[in-house]
Amino acid sequence: MMTIALYLTIAMVIAAALLNVFRLIVGPDAPDRVLALDTLYINAIALIILLGIALSTRMYLEAALLIAVMGFVGTVAMAKYLKRGSVIE
Amino acid sequence: MSQLAEYVISALLVLGGAFTLIGAIGLARLPDFFTRLHGPTKATTLGVGAIMLSSVIYFSSTGQGLGISEILITVFLLMTAPVSANMLAKAAMHIGVKSMENTQGNPWDQ
Amino acid sequence: MLDRLSFPQPWLSLILFTIWQFLSEGVSGASVVMGLILAWLIPQITQGFWPERPAFMKAWRMPVYLIVVLWDIVIASFSVAKLILSPRKPNPFFVCYPLQLDHPLAISILASTISLTPGTVSADISDDNKTLLIHALDADDDQQVIDAIHKRYEKPLMEMFQ
Repeated sequence: MMTIALYLTIAMVIAAALLNVFRLIVGPDAPDRVLALDTLYINAIALIILLGIALSTRMYLEAALLIAVMGFVGTVAMAKYLKRGSVIE
Repeated sequence: MSQLAEYVISALLVLGGAFTLIGAIGLARLPDFFTRLHGPTKATTLGVGAIMLSSVIYFSSTGQGLGISEILITVFLLMTAPVSANMLAKAAMHIGVKSMENTQGNPWDQ
Repeated sequence: MLDRLSFPQPWLSLILFTIWQFLSEGVSGASVVMGLILAWLIPQITQGFWPERPAFMKAWRMPVYLIVVLWDIVIASFSVAKLILSPRKPNPFFVCYPLQLDHPLAISILASTISLTPGTVSADISDDNKTLLIHALDADDDQQVIDAIHKRYEKPLMEMFQ
């Protein structure tokens, strides 16, 4: 039963990622695209965790932690750039 | 792995996947930027949190140790989601992104 | 020289040390040494960036507040999910929230809480730290939003930081 739930969840997260890509391409303004990228990296973390459960290994958790840290820094840097025109003043 | 743990893990997985999907649907179909901001900050964060929780239960029930990394990731996401939402809202108000016609009240920029 | 060897923020050092023990594979001599080095080095480097020592008077109330907020996050996600899946258009609202808190840490905790709970995202704060701009996804009038936030979140925070 867990296998079915796992595949169902992976399918749902991939569908979510595709919807985010749709917003990334369509998004009328720059903040929309940054928001789509932000959601996309959170979905990537979810996919990595699901891969770890499917393969029954914990090796990928470090990668998920790194993506969480780097994604946040990237989002804040892009928001700062949109507001101020430069990242570091 | 016990039967009960399997049920709980499955339920949490499906719940997490559903919330992630709902957050993305909100991002795709809500009408303007400020309403779109609500989907990812709430639904997606909770969805990923539920998936993390199921991962913690899975690895501790198969005897591979308690997952502190997952809890760290979840706490980190819960702490950073409001901050990035706030930064993006500020940037959007500065650029002057249009909000929906029936929005009441005014955004200000300084 | 002596202040170079001290721990200026003991709680931060303790948290860093504990997290490092969990991140490395099991507690060993190497991880303890590395944890001690990090717990000493990171507060020393970042000392200039900390504004002032937060005036936490009643820290034991924090867990109760966090449990309330976590429960509200779950409820909030369900209500936002319902709104996203229903075909009717939301009724968004920009609300100016008059702040009664004055400590910067308390204000940032309140703003983060607002962003994570039912249908509201905190968008901006005025220059004099008196007004918070909040975007509500679906509201009837602004006084309702202000009252709800004040009763549920600002009151406990005010008690904590007095």
